[in-house]
Amino acid sequence: MRRETLLNAVIMGALLLVPLWAWVADEPFTITLATRVAILSLAGVGLNIALGLGGLVSLGHAIFFGIGGYAMGILASHAQDYSPLLESPFLIEGTKSMPVIWLVAIVTSALAALVIGALSLRTSGVYFIMITLAFGQMFFFFTISWPAYGGEDGLSIYVRNGFPGLNTLDPIQFFAICFVLLSLALFASSRISRSPFGLALTAARQSETRVLTVGIDSFRLRLVAFTISGAITGLAGALFADLNRFVSPTMFSWQTSGEIIIFVILGGVGRLFGPVAGAALFILLEHFLGGLSEFWQIYLGFLLLAVVLFARGGLIGTLAGREVAHD
Amino acid sequence: MTEPVLETRNLTKRFGALTASDGVSLDLRAGEIHALIGPNGAGKSTLIAQIAGSLAPDEGSVLFNGEDVTRLDTVARARRGLGRTFQISALAMEHTVLQNALLGAVGATGRAFRFFRPVLKDTALLARATEALARVGLQDLAARQTAELSHGQRRQLEVAVALTLKPRAFLMDEPMAGLGAGGSKRLTTFLGELRREAPILLVEHDMDAVFALADRISVLVYGRLIATGTVDEIRADREVRRAYLGEDA
Ligand SMILES: Nc1ncnc2c1ncn2[C@@H]1O[C@H](COP(=O)(O)OP(=O)(O)O)[C@@H](O)[C@H]1O
Ligand SMILES: [Mg+2]
Repeated sequence: MRRETLLNAVIMGALLLVPLWAWVADEPFTITLATRVAILSLAGVGLNIALGLGGLVSLGHAIFFGIGGYAMGILASHAQDYSPLLESPFLIEGTKSMPVIWLVAIVTSALAALVIGALSLRTSGVYFIMITLAFGQMFFFFTISWPAYGGEDGLSIYVRNGFPGLNTLDPIQFFAICFVLLSLALFASSRISRSPFGLALTAARQSETRVLTVGIDSFRLRLVAFTISGAITGLAGALFADLNRFVSPTMFSWQTSGEIIIFVILGGVGRLFGPVAGAALFILLEHFLGGLSEFWQIYLGFLLLAVVLFARGGLIGTLAGREVAHD
Repeated sequence: MTEPVLETRNLTKRFGALTASDGVSLDLRAGEIHALIGPNGAGKSTLIAQIAGSLAPDEGSVLFNGEDVTRLDTVARARRGLGRTFQISALAMEHTVLQNALLGAVGATGRAFRFFRPVLKDTALLARATEALARVGLQDLAARQTAELSHGQRRQLEVAVALTLKPRAFLMDEPMAGLGAGGSKRLTTFLGELRREAPILLVEHDMDAVFALADRISVLVYGRLIATGTVDEIRADREVRRAYLGEDA
C-alpha cells in the first residue's frame, strides 16, 4: 500500500476511534470536538477542490460556509416559530429535517458559487483573492444589517434538527452523520481528482495554454470546480450551524475564510486528506494551546510559517512524502 | 486545385510601432509540409499564434477548412482540428508524461467534464495517449514527471500531445530545437510521414531539415513574406539569399 494511503487510513481511523472511545468513556465534550473536526474538514475538502486542484486561492469560502449555516438557521427558525418562510406567490414553510436543509444548503451555495465564480474567475492571482474577499465582506455586512434573522446577534435554534431514524441530540449519533458525510465528500473528491475533469483542472493550474490548446475551456473547468467546491463547503456550514445550534454573521467573516485556507495549507494543499489532517491539527492546537494562552494563534502563526517555508506539502506531505502519480 | 486546408489572408499584427505581421497571406494544402523560415524576430511565432487563435490579428483573416475562424478562440479552433506545438514548451510540468498525453486525449474526445471514472481506467483514452507517445519514442518515459524531461524530450512530448488530437492540420513552432542530431533526424523522418495524415505548417531553424522535408517554403522577414515557393525556387531566389541566407547575390 502507498504510504499516503496508509496515513489516510490512520487519520480516518483516529477520527472514528477517538469519539467512539469518548462515547464509551462518557466524555461528550471530546465527541463534540471530533464532530467539529469532521465538519471543518468537510469545509476544507470543499475548498481543496478549488485551491488544491484548481489553484484558485479563494478568500471567500466563508460565503458558502455562511450560506449553508443560514440555510439551516432560516429554515429551522421558521419551523420552530411555526411561521411560513414565504406566503406568496406560493407557500414555503420552514423545516427541521436535516436532509432537506442539506439539500437547500448545497443548492444555494452552489448557485452562489456559480454566480461569484462567473464574475471573479476572469481574473487571477491577487485580483481573484481580492474579489472573493470583497464578495465575502458583502455577505458579512449584509447579514449584520439584516434584522429579520437576528442581524449582528445571529439566530439560535433551540433543538437540533432531525434525521429520520436517528436521535441527533445524542452526540455520537450526530458525529456519525458528520463522519459519513465527510467520508462521502472525500470519496467524491478522490474520484474527481483522478477523473478526466481532475486531470484537466490540475493541468490548467500548471499551464492554461496547454489546456486551451487541446480544446478544453479552462474557464468552464474552473467555474465547475468552484461550484462543486462551494457546494461542499456549504454543506459543512449547515452541519456547523447544527452542531452549535446557532448561526451568526461570523460564519461569513474573512477570518472564517482564512481558517478554511489554513486547514488546507496545514494539512497539505491538493492532498486528498490534507483538509482532515489540517482541521484536526487546528482543533487540537486550539484546544490545548488555547487552554494555556489566549494568544494561541501566535503559535499557529509560527507553525504556518514553518509549513510554508519548510514543508510545502503540509502534514501529509511531511509524513507521506512527495505526491506520486495515481496508478 | 483543391481548396487549402488552412489559409491566412492579409494577416496584420502590430505591437506599437513594430509590425510583427505585415499583410501575410499563405496557405497550407492537404498532404504538404509548408516550412516557414526567417531570421529571429521575423514574426514566425506571432503568425502561428494568430493562426492558432491565441493572438488576435489587427487585420486580415484565418480560414480553416473553408471556414472563417478569425473570431474563434483557441479552444474552438483546437476542437475544429488545429494541433499546435510550442517553441517554448507549454506542458503540465508536475504531471507525468502519460498524463500530458492523456490530457490531449481528453480534450480530443470532449471528455473533460467527466467526473467519476478515473482517467487511467479509461482504455480508449489510454490507448490514444500511449499510441501517441510510442510514435514519438517516449513510451519508456510515460511514468516520468514532465519537469524531469530534457528540452528535446519536452519537444517530443509537445508533438505527442498534438498527435493525440488527431488534428486536421499541424502548427509546429521549432519542434527540432534542442533535439540533437540523432533526435532531429528521427523527427525529420517522422514528420515526413506525418504529412500524409495532416499537413504541417512548420517553423524551423534547422535548414537541413527544412530542405529535406518541405514541399514549399515561405520566407518571412520583418513580418513580411518575401517569397513562397518550392525548395529549389527558394534556394535560387536572389532576394531570399540576400535577406535571409546572408549571401551576396
Ligand atoms: N506580445 C508581444 N508584445 C510586443 N512585441 C512582441 C510580442 N510578441 C512578439 N513581439 C515582437 O514581435 C517580433 C516577432 O516576434 P516572434 O514572432 O517571436 O519572432 P520569431 O518567432 O520569428 O523569432 C519580435 O520583434 C518580438 O520582439
Ligand atoms: Mg519564434
